[in-house]
Amino acid sequence: MTTRLFGEPVQRREDPRLLTGQGRYLDDLGRDALAAAFVRSPHAHARIRDIDVAPALDVPGLVAIYTWEDLPERVGRALPLLIPHPALTHGRTAYPLARDVVRHVGEPVVMVVASDRYAAEDACALIEVDYEPLKPVVGLEEAVQGAALVHEDVPGNVGAHLVQEVAAADGRGAGEVIEAAPHTLSFRLDIERSASMPLEGRGVYARWDGRDLRVYSSTQTSTSVRMAVAATLGLPLPHVEVIAPDVGGGFGVKIVHPWPEEILVPWAAMTLGREVKWAEDRREHFISSAHERAQIQHVRVGFDDDGRVLGLDVTIRHDHGAYTPYGIIVPIVTSTQLLGPYKIGAYRVAFTSVYTNTVQVTPYRGAGRPQAVFCMERTMDKIARHLGKDRTEVRAVNFIGPEEFPYDQHMTFQDGRPLIYDSGNYPEMLRMIKELIGWDEHERRPGRGIGIGCYVEGTGVGPYEGGHVQVTSDGRVHVSTGLTSQGQGHETVFAQIAATELGVPIERVSVVTGDTRRFGYAVGTFASRAAVMSGNAIALACRKVREKALRIAADALEADPADLAIDDGMVHVAGAPSASIPLSTVAVLANPLRYAFDDEAAKATQFSATASPDRPPVAEGEEPGLEGRDYYSPVRSTFASGMHAAIVETDPDTAEIKVVRYAVVHDCGRLINPMIVEGQIHGGVAQGIGGALYERMVYDSHGQLVNASFMDFLMPYATEIPHVETAHLETPSPLNPLGIKGAGEAGVIPVSAVIASAVEDAEGIDVDRMPISPSELFELRELRELRAAME
Amino acid sequence: MEHEITLVVNGATRRVNVPARRLLSDCLRHDLGLTGTHVGCEHGVCGCCTVLLDGRPVRSCLTFAVTVDGQEITTVEGLAREGAPPRGLRSAGSAATGATGEGGGTERPSRPHDVEEVKPALSPVQRAFAECHGLQCGFCTPGFLCTVTAFLRDNPAPSDDEIVEGISGNLCRCTGYQNIVKAVHRAAELLAEET
Repeated sequence: MTTRLFGEPVQRREDPRLLTGQGRYLDDLGRDALAAAFVRSPHAHARIRDIDVAPALDVPGLVAIYTWEDLPERVGRALPLLIPHPALTHGRTAYPLARDVVRHVGEPVVMVVASDRYAAEDACALIEVDYEPLKPVVGLEEAVQGAALVHEDVPGNVGAHLVQEVAAADGRGAGEVIEAAPHTLSFRLDIERSASMPLEGRGVYARWDGRDLRVYSSTQTSTSVRMAVAATLGLPLPHVEVIAPDVGGGFGVKIVHPWPEEILVPWAAMTLGREVKWAEDRREHFISSAHERAQIQHVRVGFDDDGRVLGLDVTIRHDHGAYTPYGIIVPIVTSTQLLGPYKIGAYRVAFTSVYTNTVQVTPYRGAGRPQAVFCMERTMDKIARHLGKDRTEVRAVNFIGPEEFPYDQHMTFQDGRPLIYDSGNYPEMLRMIKELIGWDEHERRPGRGIGIGCYVEGTGVGPYEGGHVQVTSDGRVHVSTGLTSQGQGHETVFAQIAATELGVPIERVSVVTGDTRRFGYAVGTFASRAAVMSGNAIALACRKVREKALRIAADALEADPADLAIDDGMVHVAGAPSASIPLSTVAVLANPLRYAFDDEAAKATQFSATASPDRPPVAEGEEPGLEGRDYYSPVRSTFASGMHAAIVETDPDTAEIKVVRYAVVHDCGRLINPMIVEGQIHGGVAQGIGGALYERMVYDSHGQLVNASFMDFLMPYATEIPHVETAHLETPSPLNPLGIKGAGEAGVIPVSAVIASAVEDAEGIDVDRMPISPSELFELRELRELRAAME
Repeated sequence: MEHEITLVVNGATRRVNVPARRLLSDCLRHDLGLTGTHVGCEHGVCGCCTVLLDGRPVRSCLTFAVTVDGQEITTVEGLAREGAPPRGLRSAGSAATGATGEGGGTERPSRPHDVEEVKPALSPVQRAFAECHGLQCGFCTPGFLCTVTAFLRDNPAPSDDEIVEGISGNLCRCTGYQNIVKAVHRAAELLAEET
């Protein structure tokens, strides 16, 4: 059958345009638009005494300069706190332009609009802002001391504090269980900051025609930007459209909205009656978008002689930067996903999320999970070492069994729903990863180590996504969904789903995402949710269309709809291919016409239609057209899982760490397109390697980000990334019609844990801090020798 | 003060007036409408803006347009015509072909993917990237394509290590490079088949 495309490595439909320079990214649009640029704070913490724009007024091409005081009341309000939570008692968000106080280097203070970006930056350079520097708070240790405050009205810099506890089966709490356990360990773990760092920065382009506003944004959620823009600018929703064009990577940072620029650029376009565009430059992205990852974790664990965890107590200090527009999702995800594939007897997790005078922290691919997995997998390795057991054996005794699903972890997940795993097979996955990396055959020797990391990832969070499917009279199938794309290949995988469901050649299917003109209801692309949510919604919409097509074709063919099948775009009686009607004709018949605009349409006009003259042309309960719309809203998340293993070699002299092999076993339920899933995993692992060995945000004590460029922030090139070997396990999710989970973030999640495990194995020293650079490994070696000398 | 310069871009002669500080990347993108060349860092590290200047890969974000007056430039829009009949791009309505004159170039409709995609002809390197899933978001891709086109011209049968070295000046945040390396091998095969 030619149209069975689900599960096939179909080549991407996006590629021809992206390979020939025909993609349309944000800054490729609006060639005649005015350009916006921003004066941003050079101080981490300061009071604005005065802003003098006069020196900039003579710059040729200058159109307008705006400070906070120039903004109308509703535009100048603090930006929304997108995800409130009862534990976030002191949530704070920024103003679109700084009002009185700046709280991180890079905070926007003045917006300039000019004929082009060169002129706008000329004007920015001449504007004089008089600051009174205040004491900056930099780093977790300083923040929790609370000596200086980021926000005057937030005591101790504490934005949120949340404790979650799951008692043991006998009702005892984690503390009590750990006290009584045969073995206990306690230790501290540190993870530093990194960032999404898509190669295309953010950007906004707005056009206003006096009644309607159209906004293009390099965003992961066009529908929500639309609602935020309409609400802030006081426009009726139907008069605002937001489109995510081709987006050059997101990885989390572009789910945050509305960014100051997403409010200010449309407002300027309306105010000036001109098109206005802003495209972020790289330095702006470093200092004014978002970072993630930084946490300090204090762990206490109690376990038995087999390595079975009886009780686990984790205290997390989470640095959320200067503002909390995205709430406390990241530490909540860390807290809940820490449990991984394991049955932990009693669990207590407490986090304190604190303010610092640094760039805000919002989800970056993995969204708190890499930290969680680092914590749990370090714990497993330490237990194994303490007991002298193989690391995989300790993991195996703690696994949830394949017969125990659905498995209730008795916590509340980031979607507010119970943390219940839907399906998985962890023992089989462990067997597969051991075989793939050759765990049992690995030859142990100094300078060569093997490591492993396991994770469970809640994917496909709600509340919903929708799909619209329309078959036009030329036989083409037009699919739209509201969520956006940043390189995941949605145009391909959704076309595969539609082609399979409708029985049409994929060449006839086209897919539009992230355009509110085509589909207005959506949540966005994050949390490995797009395939699960929109994939299922599109499948359900296709099933409606299919049902209607069969109903109409049955009428025309004088057959029973139950006897009909669709193949290659033809509806036919099963077993009798000659009794058939093309889907294009069905689309014509579905829309009774008065006027014929072409020969096809003529078949549906009043004197040629075959319908009975005694019935209304559009039957009761029907609508004209061959189209359908449906939504998928899951009761709770799906849970994908995976296990990674790596072999590393460490240089005895330079302490360079080289990843010589990297293996991944991954379970995202049914695969729609294995080529695309593997691509997602490769990219995730590469980001994970970056986070484990190279990437960090280096702030000095004044709150200056001293490595805010690609020269100094070491994103891996091809020379740093190993070949990734992959294998798939498919345990379909019982929660959705297609049985799929998500794959977007999987690759990145366990990498720091895996590399730490392997380096520790190679060196025989504790690795409790990530990333680890050669000089840090060198220092750990020196420390070990010093300790040995003292003993 | 503006300077009139002449650039031969993808085989077409283009005259354009630019201020001395105009970056070649901005000139190509904003003056000539060739937006396929992308800007990822504007400090010469990411390689997204790589174009071929008289056949050699250069960072167009580190090059002033006035310094390349009279030289030949190939951008991603012109790769399909490199060593192959220029059938594809012309029929695909590329901004690159034909137009001569100041600030020429075709304005593209602002309708992101709501029409059936036109399938342009692809060069062997472009075809290999599609076959091997060597791109995801596509933002870094034009730079890789230009780099690899020049690399394979100089080294038609490279080893793995040579490929990694050859693309080590270009950042990609999506693919993890594995499929890009695969695509370079595949492109070498396709080029060998064609000659």
